Amino acid sequence: MTMAVTVAAVDTGRLARANPLAKILACFVLGIGALLSGDPVTPALILAAALGCLSIGGINARAVVRRGWPILLSAAGLGATTLLFGDSDDPLLTALAVTVRVLAVALPGLAVLLTIDPTDLADSLVQHARVPARFAYASLAALRLVPLLALEWQTITAARRARGVEAGRSPVARLRLFWSVAFTLLVGAVRRGTRLAVAMDARGFDSTGPRTVARPQRVRPSDIALLFGSLVLVAAAVAASLALGTYEFF
Amino acid sequence: MTNETQQSSSRAARWRTVDIVVAAVLAAAVGVIFWAWGLLWNAVDPAFSAFPPGQAFMYGVWMIPGVLGMLIIRKPGAAVFTSLLASIVSALLGTAWGLSVIVYGLLQGVLPELVFLATRYRRFTLAVAMVAAAASGAAAVFLDWFNWYREWTLGWLATYAGLLIASAIVIAGVGSWALVRVLATTGALDAFPSGRERSEIDA
Amino acid sequence: MISGGGARVRARGWGWRHAGRRSPAVRGLDLDIEPGERILLLGASGAGKSTLLAALAGLLDPDHSGEATGELTVDGRDPRTTRDRSALVLQDPETQLVMARAGDDVAFGLENRAVPRESIWPRVDAALDAVGFPYGRTHRTDQLSGGEQQRLALAGALALEPGLLLLDEPTANVDPGGAAVVRQAIRAVLGSTGATMVLVEHRVAETLDMIDRVVVLEPGGGVRASGTPSDVFTAHGESLAAEGVWVPDLPLGTPRRSAPGPDQLRAEDVTVDPGLHGVSAVLTAGEVVAVTGPNGAGKSTLAGVLGGLRAPESGTVRGSADLAGPDADVPPHRWRAPALAARIGMVFQDPEHQFLTARVRDELAFGPRRRGAPDGDVARLVDDLLDRLHLTGLANANPFTLSGGEKRRLSVATALTTSPPVLILDEPTFGQDRRTWLELVDLLAAHRSDGGSILIATHDTALVEVLADRVLPLDAGRVAASEVAR
Repeated sequence: MTMAVTVAAVDTGRLARANPLAKILACFVLGIGALLSGDPVTPALILAAALGCLSIGGINARAVVRRGWPILLSAAGLGATTLLFGDSDDPLLTALAVTVRVLAVALPGLAVLLTIDPTDLADSLVQHARVPARFAYASLAALRLVPLLALEWQTITAARRARGVEAGRSPVARLRLFWSVAFTLLVGAVRRGTRLAVAMDARGFDSTGPRTVARPQRVRPSDIALLFGSLVLVAAAVAASLALGTYEFF
Repeated sequence: MTNETQQSSSRAARWRTVDIVVAAVLAAAVGVIFWAWGLLWNAVDPAFSAFPPGQAFMYGVWMIPGVLGMLIIRKPGAAVFTSLLASIVSALLGTAWGLSVIVYGLLQGVLPELVFLATRYRRFTLAVAMVAAAASGAAAVFLDWFNWYREWTLGWLATYAGLLIASAIVIAGVGSWALVRVLATTGALDAFPSGRERSEIDA
Repeated sequence: MISGGGARVRARGWGWRHAGRRSPAVRGLDLDIEPGERILLLGASGAGKSTLLAALAGLLDPDHSGEATGELTVDGRDPRTTRDRSALVLQDPETQLVMARAGDDVAFGLENRAVPRESIWPRVDAALDAVGFPYGRTHRTDQLSGGEQQRLALAGALALEPGLLLLDEPTANVDPGGAAVVRQAIRAVLGSTGATMVLVEHRVAETLDMIDRVVVLEPGGGVRASGTPSDVFTAHGESLAAEGVWVPDLPLGTPRRSAPGPDQLRAEDVTVDPGLHGVSAVLTAGEVVAVTGPNGAGKSTLAGVLGGLRAPESGTVRGSADLAGPDADVPPHRWRAPALAARIGMVFQDPEHQFLTARVRDELAFGPRRRGAPDGDVARLVDDLLDRLHLTGLANANPFTLSGGEKRRLSVATALTTSPPVLILDEPTFGQDRRTWLELVDLLAAHRSDGGSILIATHDTALVEVLADRVLPLDAGRVAASEVAR
């Protein structure tokens, strides 16, 4: 089982060049808009409009589908359980509303995520959102280790097989193996973190003085427009839904 | 408080590089563990993982980062930072919930943080860990209700909440506390106060 | 040329005890290093070399991380106040890099030092150039080999224009080809700056041309010897070698060979995507086969396939009837784990990946206990192994707390506890000191004379020389030349 785990941006369209914070905030606005509505139409409108804008902005549709299928699965699952456990007058409609809500909240976020470079995001957070530099860059450094840790998970599992320990069928055995591998991974991770901290300190990371910026991030008028646009989009969807008579708050 | 104790306590509250980096790497490792966990349960029984009351039973796993982070690092903000970052890693690795898990990570860190704050960041016992984990569970219940389960009956909601919080207390409260103690025996936590309870070794 | 010239180091009766340890790592150190001098720091494991480097880099804090005695100064001042004069390069390439792109990583140190933005990128480019970094600024750091990563780390140190360059085993975790390139980069750096250098390195022979003086540290003590390389090695070569230092030109033992027996494990025309193309290999009882080749040649992949941990896309892997019994027609990757462990012992590159228990004694007892051996037998086997491995004092310690060499010995021993006929090892001597190396060779030779077969995936030419009966060279997933019998 080899899974390619990457945490870098894979898209380079027009949207990729926008300010990462603006992109995330825009998705956030869309998500809140979808969450605050109780009917299926409003989130559907938000989702449709968002997907439309994203494709104009140059989003790779195939990558979204490849990464996004768990979202579709869970949306369907949620819809089903709402049918089972809900108590509304029109269960089918409510289930539909929940399903669309999930998609409207999660899909644009995923698509945008594919266009964000983690380094740019960290820079943006430090330069525009006043996040302390030490936390942002330490997080970035730790993020770099994620694919390594995923690979290590597989190596540790293989090492257990080599010593005669395997999961087999029994759920208890699976849990025990899982715990054993997880524990070993954590020990290794904490050790790595300690070594990484020494390396970062050796390069002056813990100084209390000011820090200069090698990669200035810009907030362009187009970024403001993006943010504004997301607000407009939500408002328009609500208005359209009201006009159609389908709108329900919460 | 004299000036000296004020200075030393504010110095003690300042995060060292190793505190930040290990909290971050811990979050990354837990994020990877969540990914593996997801793979495990999807392989075993997709129906189980899509069935929320079944999920509630195992839900406590998601509360671990906040409590664990604080128990190891023991600095103000550790629960929030670790939980938030673990959820970001989760989101990046591709979860079923997209970016919304980040809000979960935030709230599931803030509520335990408040519990530790209430003890003025001085008590890191099993009892405190269990209360913090319960608080984290409450945050998850609230968010789940708000986001997806608004239309459920009160009965189902109560069952769900009960299962979830119980799971949180056992897995994230007792589990995290036990995990820290075992980690300390490997010597990995020597740079932290949580690790110094290990007996002094020779050379 | 850097501003200010090389730094001057002075130690008088300096000592350091890490918090949580009972004995000091260094005690009574008297040392003078002139500006621009190039020092090679040697000593057995635990002699305090890394501690001294960390102290010189200003990373040891008497308020929190331990207790200092005596005096240690860089340019006459406390090292913690001269942090901007020193730069430290550590041994783990992967855990030293911070950023996702090469240029950003070099710039990281400059940002921390509040270097004005206009100066940052020119200095980055100059540093990358000086170490001969083969790629541009935007190259991803996770797509670099170990040697390239260490060169990048060196560039990061160089960009800071240090007066004191500290290198803690910079090639320990790098393959020989990469190590040679890293050393070349260090020479280039030394040629262009007047910085003082303190180097800790165990591949001593290859670094002698870069250094002026050798300083040997005593474990838990101070300076044992100091002088030119030839003086020090003539006077102290034997005792240093006995303690594990890789003294140049001391022989490692004569090659030992054995008489081969029947085939035990055979791989035919195996292809793994990516990594191996049509590779065949045979393991014969009483023989050691060394799989060699540069990084990425597929050595670890082949070891994994033969060890039943990876399934090939095409080709067959089969154990002999003697080895596999009822599974003689089943490929190893389909053997059940307990059967696999009984037939093939596998030793991974990182010993920690294999640990299953909380005590050394339990690690050794794990295999036999699982096979149902009676407690008395298990206890005797464990005690015997502990004795042979010099681990008796650590029997109740947590395996994770052992030193690197001890962990390595333990991981090899645990693979041997179930007496598997086949033993497969992935880079067993990586970064090991001389003493552990010799002990490993003994263990492996003993397994061979007991009739076992061994496959070692390795870069270590000395190991191949001393132990290998046959060599299988790989390159880019294919067999590079016909197998060499020796």
